[in-house]
Amino acid sequence: MKLRWPGRRTAAAGERRRLGRQAFDLLALTMAMVLVVHAGHLPGWLSGSLAVLLAARWYQRRYRGGRVPLWLRLPLTLGLPVAVIAQYGTLFGQEPGSALVTGMLVLKLLEAEHSRDARTGVAFACFGLMSALLFGQGMLATQIVGLGLIPAIATLNALEPARPPWRWRNAPGPVLRMLALALPLALLGFFFIPRLSAPLWGAPGDATARTGISASMSPGDIGQLLIDDSPAFRVSFDGHRPPRVERYFRGPVLWHFDGRTWTRGHTSAQHRARSRSSRIEPLTPMGGFHDYQITLQPTRRHWMFALDMPVSPPADGHFTPARTLLHGKRIDTILSYRMRSSTRYVLEPTLDATTRERALQLPAGFDPRARVLAEQWQRQFHGDPKSIVDAALRLFHQGGFGYTLAPPPLGRNSVDDFLFSTREGFCEHYASAFTFLMRAAGVPARVVTGYQGGYWNTMGAYLLIRQSDAHAWSEVWVKGRGWIRVDPTAAVQPARVDIGAMAAAGASREWYQAAWLQNLRNRWDIVNRWWNQAVTGFDALRQRGLLKPFGIRHAGARQLGLAFAIGLSLLLVIAASLALWRRPHVDPARRAMQRLERRLARLGIVRERSEGPRNYLMRAADELQHERAALLALLDAYLHLRYASEGEETESVRNFVRQVREFRPRRAVQ
Amino acid sequence: MKPRQEEPAARTTMASRLHRRLERRLPALTRHKSPESLPVTLSRRRIYILPTRFGLGFAAVLGVMLVGALNYANNAALLLTCLLGGIGIHAMLGAFRNLDGLVAGALHGDSAFAGESLRVRLILDAAGRERPGLRLDGYGGATVTRVETAEHGVDLHVPTLQRGWMPMPRIRIHTTWPLGLFRAWSWIHPDHALLVYPAAEASGPPARDQGMDPQMRLALDGDEPAGFREYRAGDPVHRIAWKLSARHRDLLVSERDRPDTRNARILDWEHAPGLAPEQRIARLARWVNEAHASGQPWTLQLPGQVLEPASGNEHYHRCMTALAELP
Repeated sequence: MKLRWPGRRTAAAGERRRLGRQAFDLLALTMAMVLVVHAGHLPGWLSGSLAVLLAARWYQRRYRGGRVPLWLRLPLTLGLPVAVIAQYGTLFGQEPGSALVTGMLVLKLLEAEHSRDARTGVAFACFGLMSALLFGQGMLATQIVGLGLIPAIATLNALEPARPPWRWRNAPGPVLRMLALALPLALLGFFFIPRLSAPLWGAPGDATARTGISASMSPGDIGQLLIDDSPAFRVSFDGHRPPRVERYFRGPVLWHFDGRTWTRGHTSAQHRARSRSSRIEPLTPMGGFHDYQITLQPTRRHWMFALDMPVSPPADGHFTPARTLLHGKRIDTILSYRMRSSTRYVLEPTLDATTRERALQLPAGFDPRARVLAEQWQRQFHGDPKSIVDAALRLFHQGGFGYTLAPPPLGRNSVDDFLFSTREGFCEHYASAFTFLMRAAGVPARVVTGYQGGYWNTMGAYLLIRQSDAHAWSEVWVKGRGWIRVDPTAAVQPARVDIGAMAAAGASREWYQAAWLQNLRNRWDIVNRWWNQAVTGFDALRQRGLLKPFGIRHAGARQLGLAFAIGLSLLLVIAASLALWRRPHVDPARRAMQRLERRLARLGIVRERSEGPRNYLMRAADELQHERAALLALLDAYLHLRYASEGEETESVRNFVRQVREFRPRRAVQ
Repeated sequence: MKPRQEEPAARTTMASRLHRRLERRLPALTRHKSPESLPVTLSRRRIYILPTRFGLGFAAVLGVMLVGALNYANNAALLLTCLLGGIGIHAMLGAFRNLDGLVAGALHGDSAFAGESLRVRLILDAAGRERPGLRLDGYGGATVTRVETAEHGVDLHVPTLQRGWMPMPRIRIHTTWPLGLFRAWSWIHPDHALLVYPAAEASGPPARDQGMDPQMRLALDGDEPAGFREYRAGDPVHRIAWKLSARHRDLLVSERDRPDTRNARILDWEHAPGLAPEQRIARLARWVNEAHASGQPWTLQLPGQVLEPASGNEHYHRCMTALAELP
């Protein structure tokens, strides 16, 4: 908000001009655009009341006129930060900040009466538009934000005095032209402004992570993910793509069960210490190799995903002992990495005592019925892992179990409740119950979370994995064979693996999840992918390779800055020469006459300023006796052209031009 | 350079004094501010450009946006910021282009009494480009205009202070078109003088009359037709006696009595004794005004010159000019 101290009253006269109607309308439109781009992450009551306030102000100024009284503005101005604190508990951070900026802009509209207010408003609206991009820089979001620039720029233009007559229809034209002309410079800046290698201050969103798989799993958790349609990552394979049933993308491995929740079994600090020191489970690939590139959306977490089973870690990542990939830094931007995986493998054929103990851990005092069942299996099959697994899968397959994304809640003994009463759930429930049963039956087992399936985009030849493809499965350890993947969900609902969670659940879709729409969105994703590759994913690494054509292999900030400066100068020179260029409007006859004058001047017959064409050419004819006839003919033609003809006579002009071209006077040889 | 008419708003501050001294010391600075004859074409040599205060503020906002975009490694935001930067540069060139090539073609000044503002019509030639949002000021007034045609007249109201020939003050022509981010400006100082008539005093004694009864004078001075004569080239059409001419071979023109100059009012410098010269001039100006308003002929007698008795606009302006030009 603006404080008015006395000195500011003495602004230039132009600044104090009252806001015209068009300018005010455009300003209101600008603010509305800012509100729209922020509405997605503002609480509903705030964006709603701001929209009402904006509309009321527009109506008031348009139809009633006059300013909003201070007694109305002051409580609103003071109330805004209070409301933001009430909602978020703080004024700082990404979301409270955006709420504050949007609110302040609408309040600015309330007090906007003069050109100066409108200008300040537009400048901060630009900031508001840009800050919306911090919440998501998808192509559509960026385009909507870009659309918001049009009224903003048009407002500035509408503030100028003595403008051409206003028509709404014609208003966007000049602004779009301006944007188009600004584009080369924008691209130059985009490509060559050196990116920071480390942020100057904390990146946003430290506190909460909304997307992606989390570090723990309690049945019911992934449920939120399964209805989230945003892309998790995209995979393009070098050779053929693996069949759908092999598309398991490995994420965190969960060892520890406390009766309710599966976790990795140690805190992050311990984990870091372990992962550095302890050995990675040895892998013997047996074939089924795939080379591919994964483009991961920001997760604000560390782990990366790879097709089961990754052979070696990428350059900037490392393995946990259970072969989950971890990135060196938190993934806050789009991350691209190349991987090699094997789908037929032997993982850790021998199990040491500690790991075995971890893989058999069960909480005491939970789920007695499941334990009894498992112990019965153990006795029945003499501890043969394969038979026990088959028994469990048979139970899921034939025991009246159902697949649903909206399972009934489970009680304290979650596994018992699920196995013996509700019998409905999705991958989490099955993975959890299955692993529990295996452990109770003495088979080392663990839960693996990740993604499964995905949509194959034929046009773009890549695999799109959405958050809704999140999945959980189990791994059991068999002596000599190592860890084997078992997907108990597939036993219940093979379609989950074939067609995806949403389709498998079958029921209760929102209208926006209709199949044809889903299909359309899957196809549309190729555009988003392109945007990701070209714009969002353009990072410091790719920037460094930008100057390769000029022989600079790894361009540092200095080279990039230099390239930017050179490019900027070039663009400015081009733009300036375009600005300086005036369309020369010299008619051909005049140009030909000037040419004639130059030729004669070379022979020393220079036209005086006071001389008309007749005097000049007569004088020339006198001086150059041997060219007299030609000169008199030229004079005749010119005078006829200039004074005797009416209107444009292209024929005679052309004749004169040709005559001049052919006329080559020489000094008379004395 | 001649001391220029100062702007009325008592701007004789430190800065303007410094400015004037600079102009005297560094004529190169004022090369395009010294009087010159029209037409003047604005070109890059005489167009100056600087960001406006809003432009600087906008640049600061862009800077914040740039740092934010880089910090959060947000490419879309960076693209947006660069786009706005490009628009800013476009606005700079646009402001320049709006002035570049504009021709100040001619100047027609009216006349006015000292203290009033004088209407000057400046003819601007758009030179094939529409030029909106032009502001003209610096001459003591300010106006805005949009030039589209080759013969676009702008009325400038130049304030006057004292009688006599006043050099046309220099005009600043400037624009912040298209976005108000940059201001391009140029100075035009036409080599042109404006005549300022003396201000008439508000009230005072009437002009001394010739002692004749006003009633009689009225009768004598009527423009009764005094006879008819044959038409001569140059006679006003309304003087032709059409009815009479119809019966004649030639056109006949009614001849009127020439005004009786013997009875003209004499407005004499000596009739206002005991006054300071400027007050005398003010009094004579009032007398001339009154005589002109009454439609009677008058003669103006000034030291060193006498304007023969006559009436009408031309005579009036001649008298006023003589008064204005008095030393």
